[in-house]
Amino acid sequence: MTGLFYLIPAALFLGLLGLAAFLWSLRSGQYDDLDGAAHRILFDDDKPPDGPRPG
Amino acid sequence: MAEIAAVHPAQTTAAAADTLADPDAYVQVDADGIAHLHMLVENLHCGKCVQAIEGALQPQPAVTHARVNMTTRRLELRWRSIAASAGDLLAPVAALGYRLVPFNPAVLESKAADQDRMLLRCLAVSGFASANVMLLSVSVWAGAFSDDMGPATRDFLHWISALIALPAVVYAGRPFFASAAAVLRRGATNMDVPISLAVLLASGMSLQQTIVSGPHAYFEASVMLLFFLLIGRYLDRRARSRARDAAEQLMLLGAVAATVVEPDGQRRARPVGAVRPGMVVAVAPGDRLPVDGRVRAGQSTVDTSLVTGETMPLSVGPGTDVFAGTLNLDAPLEVMVTAAGEGTLLAEIVRLIEAAAQGRDRYVRLADRFSRIYAPAVHLLAAGAFAGWLLLGGLAWQPALMIAVAVLIITCPCALGLAVPVVQVVASGRLMRRGVLVKAADGLERLADADMVVFDKTGTLTVGRPELTNRNQVSDEDLAAAASIAAGSRHPLARALCRAAGPTPLLDGVRETPGMGLAAPVAGGEARLGNAAWCEIVETDEVAGGSELWLRRPGVAPVRFAFADRLRDDAGSVVEALRARGLTIELLSGDRAPVVAAVAETLGIERWSAACRPADKVARLEALAREGRRVLMVGDGLNDAPALAAAHASMSPAEAADVSRTAADFVFQGRRLAPILETLDLSRRTRRLVLENFALALGYNVIAVPIALAGLVTPLIAAVAMSSSSLIVIVNAMRLRRGGAVPATGDGE
Repeated sequence: MTGLFYLIPAALFLGLLGLAAFLWSLRSGQYDDLDGAAHRILFDDDKPPDGPRPG
Repeated sequence: MAEIAAVHPAQTTAAAADTLADPDAYVQVDADGIAHLHMLVENLHCGKCVQAIEGALQPQPAVTHARVNMTTRRLELRWRSIAASAGDLLAPVAALGYRLVPFNPAVLESKAADQDRMLLRCLAVSGFASANVMLLSVSVWAGAFSDDMGPATRDFLHWISALIALPAVVYAGRPFFASAAAVLRRGATNMDVPISLAVLLASGMSLQQTIVSGPHAYFEASVMLLFFLLIGRYLDRRARSRARDAAEQLMLLGAVAATVVEPDGQRRARPVGAVRPGMVVAVAPGDRLPVDGRVRAGQSTVDTSLVTGETMPLSVGPGTDVFAGTLNLDAPLEVMVTAAGEGTLLAEIVRLIEAAAQGRDRYVRLADRFSRIYAPAVHLLAAGAFAGWLLLGGLAWQPALMIAVAVLIITCPCALGLAVPVVQVVASGRLMRRGVLVKAADGLERLADADMVVFDKTGTLTVGRPELTNRNQVSDEDLAAAASIAAGSRHPLARALCRAAGPTPLLDGVRETPGMGLAAPVAGGEARLGNAAWCEIVETDEVAGGSELWLRRPGVAPVRFAFADRLRDDAGSVVEALRARGLTIELLSGDRAPVVAAVAETLGIERWSAACRPADKVARLEALAREGRRVLMVGDGLNDAPALAAAHASMSPAEAADVSRTAADFVFQGRRLAPILETLDLSRRTRRLVLENFALALGYNVIAVPIALAGLVTPLIAAVAMSSSSLIVIVNAMRLRRGGAVPATGDGE
């Protein structure tokens, strides 16, 4: 049973880590524009955009 | 309206330069000399647009931050204020054809957005807590079954659970406690009262049990209860905030600037709110009129279809009265303002909407109607259990309270809190994929009640734009000749002609005389395309005034092109299918009686009225409501907006006026009416599922409550019963994703 003394804190610490990461991502506005993020991944950064093309 | 809205920015470059409202009034400079500006990008369509706008702004040296939010269509721009002016920075974006509307973010940063985030944080904390407490509780239960866990280990695990659960309950329970406290102060009760009681009592009793090293700790029940309820609360909240966003967009559009012609001849963009009667406003072709007024100079035609429901554009010249919201088609106009702001027809319509919507606010949602009965019943049951065991059962107050808490936990409306939101989210998601946007959180519920459909004509049952009707009487050569003259015009009839002819190169040297027609030099003289007077033709028959064009060329007999608004392809089959579902159909139009009568006859609609003003439509709907009818209103025009708000439920096509889209519960895309049927059918299935979920939740209570009353519920049974009932409700809701496709409406997909 002595294993509990370090296993439980370890489990709690990992859980808190996940909670902190979520709260940080919420605070930094990562859920504000879910549609835009889906498109941004496709932007080609190397080439300067030359105007819109109907998509 | 439809085609103008759908044109991609790159194709409207010519008109773009005048459409950038003067943004300087909205720029805020902070202490570091950085200027901030928020704008709504009116015609943002896709990721490419985001890339193009950011690409036009970010390379400029003065800009420190330029980011477009695609979900809200808002652009946030920051730059060093000394290095550049807002107008210069935005000119390249305007040149790409994007319409930017500056706004003051303070007006829109409502508390609601903060509350959404607070709810999400509570959800995260309670999720974390319930996962970890559950982990410990499962160990305790396993130990209890195998009999080899000592009381010391059990107490140790209970204490850790308390350490996690109590702060989590205090933090994540706030939405419920606050609501319960508020409603109790008013001397009423709602679902949050038994929820708060159950959570607080369960946590308190568990702490007491832990202190006296007893076996009955309900920590996992209290945090899981919060977790499940917060999921339902969050989903419900998100549905409502989507409806709120739509209303905010409308507020932004109200901020569009008007170009005021100063007495010294200078033109200056001003917010519409600052325009006063007596001022002169310039309106470029292709723009909507920002004010009501009288034309002072210029000769043009205006498209009033969104305001009056009339299909054919009206000729206007000096002295004609024009209204805000109508679209100037041909030529620049100068309008002397007769009413602005609160005095305009648009403001009048908004007031009508507000008045009409009050009736709808009185609608009580199914879940709330249910909880009005359920909440007091739960209180009585728990109190009865406590009193019964204490007085009749001969128990001490602690075990009696324990049983009462178990009753509260078991009856807590976990499944009920999830039953409606989950079904609605699944239904909205399904409709969204089919091109129907659910705007009102309770729209599906109200739509399911509908027993009557009232249609608008122009733009709803019909396509809302003129189409060439005598194609087979006109030779290909004549059509091509006419189209080559018409290709450069924005007039709806000219555009209809070009659509019928297909792509045609524009003839050189075409000039347009607003309100009359077009002329172009050709071999042997001048070719003219326009109304009968323009082509010097003595009119032989009066065909629905203005819905014809004549082509006159030197040495050739004049050719007549006739136009009419066409019914949507599936209008007939949809009306038929609605009737087959037992709904009564009525037609309310602002157009003239003969036109409305013809449409009504084609579709076999017996009840119709023509020449309805916005207030007439509302009056008719209110009369129907008094008869006990639950009306679904389908309309697109500005003149329909108050009726849309007054109806029991309402739908608008996506190309409708902004005000109407805002007033409607549902907005559907595409050129067909079939989404109306599909939405109606889905709303009925949704209601059935919600009722099923209520029945499931109740059924589970019928089994579990006697066990709780008998004092046989252990923490394990409470936890298992609660989560399983929630899961059953969710799984039942997911059935909506599959099957039950709407049968084809005659002409299929």
